[in-house]
Amino acid sequence: MTDQYNLVTKPGGGRLKRLTRWAWGIATSALGVAFVLGILFWGGFNTAMEVSNTETFCISCHEMEKNVYVEYRNTIHYQNRTGVRATCPDCHVPKQWVPKMIRKIYASNELLHKALGSINTPEKFNAKRLELAQNEWRRMKKNDSQECRNCHNYSYMDYVEQNRRAATTHQTAFNEGQTCIDCHKGLAHALPAIEQHIGAPKVGAYDPPAVIKASEPVSKAADPAESKAPEPAANK
Amino acid sequence: MKVHSLLKLLLAGALVATLPSLAANDPVKLQSLRGGTPVDADNPPTASHQERDHPVFDRDFVQQPPLIPHTTSGYQVTRNFNKCMDCHAWQKTKASGATKVSVTHFRDREGQELDNVSPRRYFCTQCHVAQTDAKPLVENTFTRSRGLK
Repeated sequence: MTDQYNLVTKPGGGRLKRLTRWAWGIATSALGVAFVLGILFWGGFNTAMEVSNTETFCISCHEMEKNVYVEYRNTIHYQNRTGVRATCPDCHVPKQWVPKMIRKIYASNELLHKALGSINTPEKFNAKRLELAQNEWRRMKKNDSQECRNCHNYSYMDYVEQNRRAATTHQTAFNEGQTCIDCHKGLAHALPAIEQHIGAPKVGAYDPPAVIKASEPVSKAADPAESKAPEPAANK
Repeated sequence: MKVHSLLKLLLAGALVATLPSLAANDPVKLQSLRGGTPVDADNPPTASHQERDHPVFDRDFVQQPPLIPHTTSGYQVTRNFNKCMDCHAWQKTKASGATKVSVTHFRDREGQELDNVSPRRYFCTQCHVAQTDAKPLVENTFTRSRGLK
């Protein structure tokens, strides 16, 4: 009130001064509005992102709840001695912002297939299980199993505490530049059909090609019996 | 009401009267492994842990399926995949250092030799079992075969 009063009574105010004051007022209030809107928008965006990154959100689709979630409930990442869990997004959504956004954009394809009902029955889901699994294996292989390593940092693994098999296999595998997913497949979900040549051939099964292991000496590797599948599907 | 309670009293009296005669007959004491827990209730689970990796166990009798000297929790042996074969299949054992599947497992029930493990041998854990720290439920006087001592 006093300011306004002063403005009116003081003749020396001048047109320019009033104009700058007016412009300043507009600018500050516009900035203020933008700031508040920015907080609201970013907060909203982030909250929505967080909500879509929860187990409850993931299993709100029956495709997830009735298939993969049921399988996951029997595994160590669901229930264990200490109660530390890895929920759906911990393994399937990257933690870093840019890869996370990329994954979220890819997820729009999943929304399309939800609408199309591509996997809306257990039969349809199992028919696509191999393809879906391979997509995820490829993604994890490409980012060096980043989602595993968010918790399981192998620089800090105590090989004395590990079981004999784990301790030796981990060290050789890391030295060969292998990553977690190379061996640890299907540790949270049922594996797709993998051809092991026992009995009648499995329909639509993945037949891992027999490739000679790079680390083996030539004389040994020459024997076809020494060959080893490059991706031994495992759930150790 | 009165008749009812009188009947009950009579019945109770009859029961008490028969009890000594029952004891005299010396009935067989039936106690199942689950104890006196009713059929519709469960005994609390006994926590038994699979043992950590061992060297290979010695066998106790000649035809004994070798025991599994490592944990197998979480291993999938399903229609889709047999986890055991990931290491114990012949082409995998050199790399894994695991024991090869026995040649007897390549024979089907007609006695015909196959070029891979017979489907009737698919479910490994029907015969081969991992060991746990569970305490024996009954006393056991088994001794190892003389030839294997």
